[in-house]
Amino acid sequence: MSMSSASRSRRAFLRAGLAAGGAGALGSLEVAAARAGNPANQPPNVPDWSRHLGDGVAVRTYGKPSRHEAHVIRRDVEWLTASRESSVSFTPIHELDGIITPNGLCFERHHAGIAEVAREDYRLIVHGLVERPLIFTLDDIKRMPRVNRAYFCECAANSGMEWRGAQLNGCQYTHGMVHCVMYTGVPMKVLLEEAGLRANAKWLLLEGGDAAAMTRSLPVQKVLDDALIAYRMNGEALYAENGYPVRVVLPGWEANMWIKWLRRIEVGDQPWHHREETSKYTDLMANGKARRFTYVMDAKSVITSPSPQAPLNHRSGFTVLSGLAWSGRGHIARVDVSLDGGRNWRTAHIDGPVWDKALTRFYYEFDWDGEELLLQSRAIDETGYVQPSKAELRKVRGVNSIYHNNGIQTWHVLKSGEVENVEVS
Amino acid sequence: MSRSRDAVALALAAAGLLWFGIGVAPDPVRAQSSVAQPAHSGKRLGIGRAATTEEIAGWDIDIRPDGHGLPPGRGTVRQGEALYLTRCAACHGEFGEGAGRWPLLSGGASTLASHDPVKSVGSYWPYAATLMDYIRRTMPYGDAQSLGNDELYAVTAYVLYLNDVVTDQDFELSDKSFPTIKLGNEANFRDDDRDTAEQAFWNRDPCMRDCAPGAAKIIGRARALDVTPEAGSGPKVE
Repeated sequence: MSMSSASRSRRAFLRAGLAAGGAGALGSLEVAAARAGNPANQPPNVPDWSRHLGDGVAVRTYGKPSRHEAHVIRRDVEWLTASRESSVSFTPIHELDGIITPNGLCFERHHAGIAEVAREDYRLIVHGLVERPLIFTLDDIKRMPRVNRAYFCECAANSGMEWRGAQLNGCQYTHGMVHCVMYTGVPMKVLLEEAGLRANAKWLLLEGGDAAAMTRSLPVQKVLDDALIAYRMNGEALYAENGYPVRVVLPGWEANMWIKWLRRIEVGDQPWHHREETSKYTDLMANGKARRFTYVMDAKSVITSPSPQAPLNHRSGFTVLSGLAWSGRGHIARVDVSLDGGRNWRTAHIDGPVWDKALTRFYYEFDWDGEELLLQSRAIDETGYVQPSKAELRKVRGVNSIYHNNGIQTWHVLKSGEVENVEVS
Repeated sequence: MSRSRDAVALALAAAGLLWFGIGVAPDPVRAQSSVAQPAHSGKRLGIGRAATTEEIAGWDIDIRPDGHGLPPGRGTVRQGEALYLTRCAACHGEFGEGAGRWPLLSGGASTLASHDPVKSVGSYWPYAATLMDYIRRTMPYGDAQSLGNDELYAVTAYVLYLNDVVTDQDFELSDKSFPTIKLGNEANFRDDDRDTAEQAFWNRDPCMRDCAPGAAKIIGRARALDVTPEAGSGPKVE
């Protein structure tokens, strides 16, 4: 695809996102008309759907969201990468609430496209420093004792485009490489106990069955802590794009390590230093040296509404600010919000489950006076870690690290209700 | 009060009835853990069968910096050049400079501390094993695991040559000569030190009022910078 057509499609998606939210690139009159709907369907008139029969049962054998929600989709940024087979699509977090991400909206990151693994052909080999090299089928794995856990899964490069300044208008693009689903799976240690780890087992190599045969080295301690081998998300079999039939779940750790289409675990006594843990997923500091094995995702939060794709449409009055917080070190203890760009903070209230290493939903209700706002949120986790400002983060990390950008996001709300991604002093 | 609540919780748990809304307010943090230990604990399940040597060999393709996993084989820079030009150069460029937005493989010496760091095999990657392992498992892109072992050594040798790691076109890379290859940036990687280097972020009492002087001023806007990615020069998702 040529750059100019990529640019066009990029503008198109930004327009689509803004239009879906009800403001922005379209004229405000058009938007207002679209929001007002069709008077023929509104009181005192009786709409068609109240007169005529609709689809019966089993017409929609696998349900989808209402056709009126067709804009709530994963989107990509075509000009970011050379091909869609090694690229990323983003979760539309500005259109979601609660803490669970629907399966069809979980962000995707592939390194060689989606592997379409047949369930009857699925095999997992465990070998290396084990007493008994073993091979498992999918049925074998499903026979094992299982657990259910909801965890966030965040790409280490989430917000990576924002290191040098505000770039993308929409939390789908700035923060959408995260999702949170309820996994069903086997604790990895249960599966490995079948093979029997030898005394000198210190590291595991996890390998996927895709055309990149994606690998990461995993310290054995994580297996003893909370690593899972998962085969369901939100009760369903994993979706192909999320690793069907079996993926690794490493609570709180960067998503790159959560190997999808898992085909092999080799047990060893040292790390493998493969491409995804050396050339990529290492954090280059300002002095030219790089951090490696930066597994944990630092505490982070973002206001999902209002946000550039989810503007305010009511001019003033009662307003619910909504957002997500998460931490790779445990559960969220508190979230603060600021309406004035970080000068003054108030504590938001958290609603719904507050789970270890899961997305956590917060709200802050206030009367909007219709004036401009500079919205920020700040997550604090159970270890006392406080999400830093972008300036504080850059002071330690520089701007070249690509990964692990958890700096505080600022949204500028205009009097019109439009919202822009900005940075403040 | 709290003791009786605990007693109710215990009774419900024992009966397998502990769930949201019955009897007690659940601890929202604890709710992710199992109420009781799974019955299997410590005992082997006897699930899975022995993997054969042939089965393992077919999938065991990893290579480690200490030489673990190196296949037998050999190939020269010259042999690798021919292979590279037909199977690699379309994406990575004739000299490893990269085509379009496909990854470059060479160049970038002394740029890591600059405003525009270039992370190539020569400038950034720590180990030659990383390169050979990656070619073996993923390249050529879309036709992975199609190179023979001698081809793998040859094309790896050529990429090392593109990065001036070896300088003789007749250099032969093999499982024997491989341990002599060192990349320049190995010493510049250090383990995660956030817990100490970023200790200041553990601040249990963050500022709540008048946290900075004056009103916040906008110093950067996505709309102003939108031109960066449009021009195709934005940072890549890696």
